[in-house]
Amino acid sequence: MRRFVILLLALVVLGVPIALGLVRPERIAGAQLGPHTPDLENGRVMFFAGGCASCHATLNQDDATRLGGGRELPSPFGTFRVPNISPHIEDGIGNWSEAQFASAMLKGTSPRGEHYYPAFPYTSYQRMRVADVRDLFAFIKTLPTVAGRAPDHDLPFPFNLRAGLGLWKFSYLDGRTFRPDPSKSERWNRGAYLVEGPGHCAECHSPRDFMGGIISAQRFAGGPNPTGEGSIPNITQHPDGLADWSESDLEYLLETGSKPDFDTVDGDMGLVVRNIAQLPAADRKAMAHYLKSIEPIASTRGN
Amino acid sequence: MSLLRSFVRFCSMGGVMNRFAIAVTAILGITTVVFAQSGDPIAQRKALMKSNAAAAGNAGKMLKGETPYDKSAAEAALKQLSESAAKGPSLFPAGSDKGDTRALPKIWENKADFDARFAKLGQDAAAAQSKTGSLDEFRAAFGPIGQNCAGCHQTYRRPQ
Repeated sequence: MRRFVILLLALVVLGVPIALGLVRPERIAGAQLGPHTPDLENGRVMFFAGGCASCHATLNQDDATRLGGGRELPSPFGTFRVPNISPHIEDGIGNWSEAQFASAMLKGTSPRGEHYYPAFPYTSYQRMRVADVRDLFAFIKTLPTVAGRAPDHDLPFPFNLRAGLGLWKFSYLDGRTFRPDPSKSERWNRGAYLVEGPGHCAECHSPRDFMGGIISAQRFAGGPNPTGEGSIPNITQHPDGLADWSESDLEYLLETGSKPDFDTVDGDMGLVVRNIAQLPAADRKAMAHYLKSIEPIASTRGN
Repeated sequence: MSLLRSFVRFCSMGGVMNRFAIAVTAILGITTVVFAQSGDPIAQRKALMKSNAAAAGNAGKMLKGETPYDKSAAEAALKQLSESAAKGPSLFPAGSDKGDTRALPKIWENKADFDARFAKLGQDAAAAQSKTGSLDEFRAAFGPIGQNCAGCHQTYRRPQ
């Protein structure tokens, strides 16, 4: 009995702070960032590679640079409402520091020190290089300010408790920046970076577990549409996926939205293509090259 | 679908075969229209879209570098697209949002915009007829045409 009490005390004394430490929102301090001259052209590439506008663009208008938000993202956990990320001082991110923006993108932590929900795909954005995130921030600062705030998320208990996301992050966020594979070509590595990092392709093209985390063994193998009806295609090199697509098929799709049967993609992928079409052709080539190298994985749900 | 795919592949064999394929496309197009006129509008517009996909396919194969550039094939594809753009609006009569169709009700709430998009496709395709001198010239002219297809599908078609 006495041993049990001691053990329990030890757990409380050591365990609670450790647990809290593990699940506390992480931040990047301004002092960590060091000097940087923003490259706006690279920021623009990151903006379109990252598909920021697909979710954050003001509703019911076609200008990808007006980032007033407001889109609703339904999910099994409730409805998320996408915030304003235009440079508006009160309603957008006009008041943010570079370090606060980097903390959001790379750590999923808001300027108020709260966890963001992973509907904001920081599990992919964490792979981005800090310099690219800083260029992206500089680019967004040049875009039009848009007034207005989206209403709060509509999430039932317990999903409305952001503190719980610490545990989620502990399971699904590893904090690792993209590491190039020196055995692969420069093109492959560029494609891998764009697909896995800013492009966040896996966020929709992978099935998720009951906690909402990507099932890593099924990465890129498609699954139910997280934001609507229907399903998302398998984009691995399995016959269920894109095995019979050539690299030029993939490249052409990313540029024009036209599939090998010359129908066009629509819905969210239509929005993705609008963004990716803005990238330099070499970047689309690199993405196609990397996608063609993804290991074949069968679909689980017969899509 | 596989028929269409093998047709597109067939069309991509180049040279004399290409010209033969164009003739087949033309005949197929005429048959489609004749057949379509007797059917319901949903079947008619599906047939129209299929022949558009075949035309976009002939163009796309050249743009992807899978078949050599052929000026007459480019012109035939543009002709198909501009003709079908002229027919498009009449194949979406009021009430044809019911049935086996992905056409969204939004079409009839914004019919003027919807029709204007067909008109723009027709204009772009007709204007591109004079830009088929080289593959690069055709590429530049065909881009906006494809954007018409994708843009209208994005706005007015239910995603799969």
